[in-house]
Amino acid sequence: MYTFSNKLKTFSIVLMVLGLLGVGYGFMTSHKSFEEVETLLAEESHGGGHGEEAAHATPSHDTHAEDAHVNTTHGDDAHAEVDEHKKHVEHVQHQIANRPWSALYVAAFFFMMIALGVLAFYAIQIASQAGWSPVLFRVMEGITSYLLPGALIVLGIAVASGTIGHYNLFIWMDPEVVEHDKLIKGKSGFLNLPWFVIRGLVFIAGWSLYRHFSRKFSIAQDTAEDQSNFKKSFRISAAFLVFFIYTESMMSWDWIMSVDPHWFSTLFGWYVFASMFVSGITVIALITIYLKSRNYLEFVNENHLHDVAKFMFAFSIFWTYLWFSQFMLIWYSNIPEEVTYFVSRFNDYKLPFLGMVVLNFVFPILMLMNADYKRIPWFVVMTGLVILFGHYIDVFNMIMPATVGDRWFIGIPEISSILLFAGLFIFVVFTALTKAPLLVKGYPFRKESEEFHY
Amino acid sequence: MEASKVIHAIYTDDDVLMSAVKKVKAEKHHIEEIYTPFPVHGLDKAMGLEPTRIAITAFMYGLVGLTVAILMMNFIMIEDWPQNIGGKPSFSYLENMPAFVPIMFELTVFFAAHLMVITFYLRSRMWPFKQAENPDPRTTDDHFLMEIAVHGNEKELQKLLKDTGAVEINLVDKEAH
Repeated sequence: MYTFSNKLKTFSIVLMVLGLLGVGYGFMTSHKSFEEVETLLAEESHGGGHGEEAAHATPSHDTHAEDAHVNTTHGDDAHAEVDEHKKHVEHVQHQIANRPWSALYVAAFFFMMIALGVLAFYAIQIASQAGWSPVLFRVMEGITSYLLPGALIVLGIAVASGTIGHYNLFIWMDPEVVEHDKLIKGKSGFLNLPWFVIRGLVFIAGWSLYRHFSRKFSIAQDTAEDQSNFKKSFRISAAFLVFFIYTESMMSWDWIMSVDPHWFSTLFGWYVFASMFVSGITVIALITIYLKSRNYLEFVNENHLHDVAKFMFAFSIFWTYLWFSQFMLIWYSNIPEEVTYFVSRFNDYKLPFLGMVVLNFVFPILMLMNADYKRIPWFVVMTGLVILFGHYIDVFNMIMPATVGDRWFIGIPEISSILLFAGLFIFVVFTALTKAPLLVKGYPFRKESEEFHY
Repeated sequence: MEASKVIHAIYTDDDVLMSAVKKVKAEKHHIEEIYTPFPVHGLDKAMGLEPTRIAITAFMYGLVGLTVAILMMNFIMIEDWPQNIGGKPSFSYLENMPAFVPIMFELTVFFAAHLMVITFYLRSRMWPFKQAENPDPRTTDDHFLMEIAVHGNEKELQKLLKDTGAVEINLVDKEAH
């Protein structure tokens, strides 16, 4: 049995408290009045602060809409017009107000997707009857315990931003925007708040039910006389994977793609999946190495680490493949209604947009290609931290351009949101790890897994 | 100096062969060669063979392929005749790079794979019309053969090999290759 060390518990609570303070500070400082924003803009005026953004074909323009491509061009001469000036100031005001919301949402989603990615990985391991991984099942089950609270928090933030907030994340939640925007109006059959909430709850319920029962069967199998629990968990894993691939795709339309309601991409669901899968596997590796270093997993050896690191390596490449496929297809055809997505990212987010390709592809491919390196714990930890940071930036790049535009920065709101959810994640996951023995006793492939060597 | 006589010890089971290899190694005899009908896992380790470096060569061949792709596309599309083809930016390599990535990828894989295979053939001396170096045709079907050089100690060796479970022990003159 694992005991949650007091040091780690205190550390996670400190993270949460620091994070909460920072998030509170972020929300308090983001409410700028019209005049404040006006002086702010005057100070940075014509210093090249506000880059020209792609003009959008949609005629409607709402001042609340901060959506990167629902934008008129902000040339210098536009400031001459009083009306234009007012619109511009309100636009920036709204972007500034969005920042703490987006920072919170990005971090909440990032930690939720780790748990969801691990759940999918876990189901695949059971459904494929993998012989190497059963010794890691309890670690995976620990990580997926964050899924239910994490997913509810993500959905909660999304709904709160459209109810108590001022439509800070999803402009399609603002009835006034929908009224004046033909494109969003046409999508309102799918994108409306009640239906959004129902869908979200269905996804979360499905995932959590699978998580609950697979955990239950896994623990029951420890003391069972026969294999019936294993067979049940095999069946629900196969069923869950079917459910998962539909709901994961729809979840990524709902929770991520709809921040840009004028834009759509077909392989977006897969792309988000690749990101969550590789982050999840990386976290499995990190927590396994941590527990092993504390002597809780004497049955895990470097061969298991080698296999997990191979998955990290392979799915980093898979992520890059999808990232590039999405980017290159849109870049190549250059259709205005699609390409604004990348134009705004390329103009205002050049460093994070290109930097994440280095973090998520170049670094892991060079570090984890050598078979010997995959067996060295500190090497995997170092690469894993880079991959996790890279995928945080990935989520950042998906959300931020639509909500804060060029007003982005990784400052107090962003870092403290990460701290808050990192603390919560550590607290929930390690609490769950104390609830059951760290080795699946009665699992039919346990012995094979314990003696696994590569 | 190459030994002119060798002992061929024949086994019928890979597990027996593995333990025999360990015993012979423990007695500090030099194993010239082992012939098996299929890969026996762990045999290279038991024999103490060096790990292969073919993956390293493949990595370097891949880098060569990547370089070839970049230099070729840069020369053809950017330097030699920078046409406007469908509005693609042919002003610099970087600006038009996404269009070249499929070629860069494929040539990297092509070079890595093919040159590695050719390296393998060269290093393991395999080519069409090559004379097969098989001391006993049964080793391609269901027998395992261990070849040990003899330095005037055949009695001692034969006894040792008998103990390891060899079904057949032959003292043969080694043909010059």
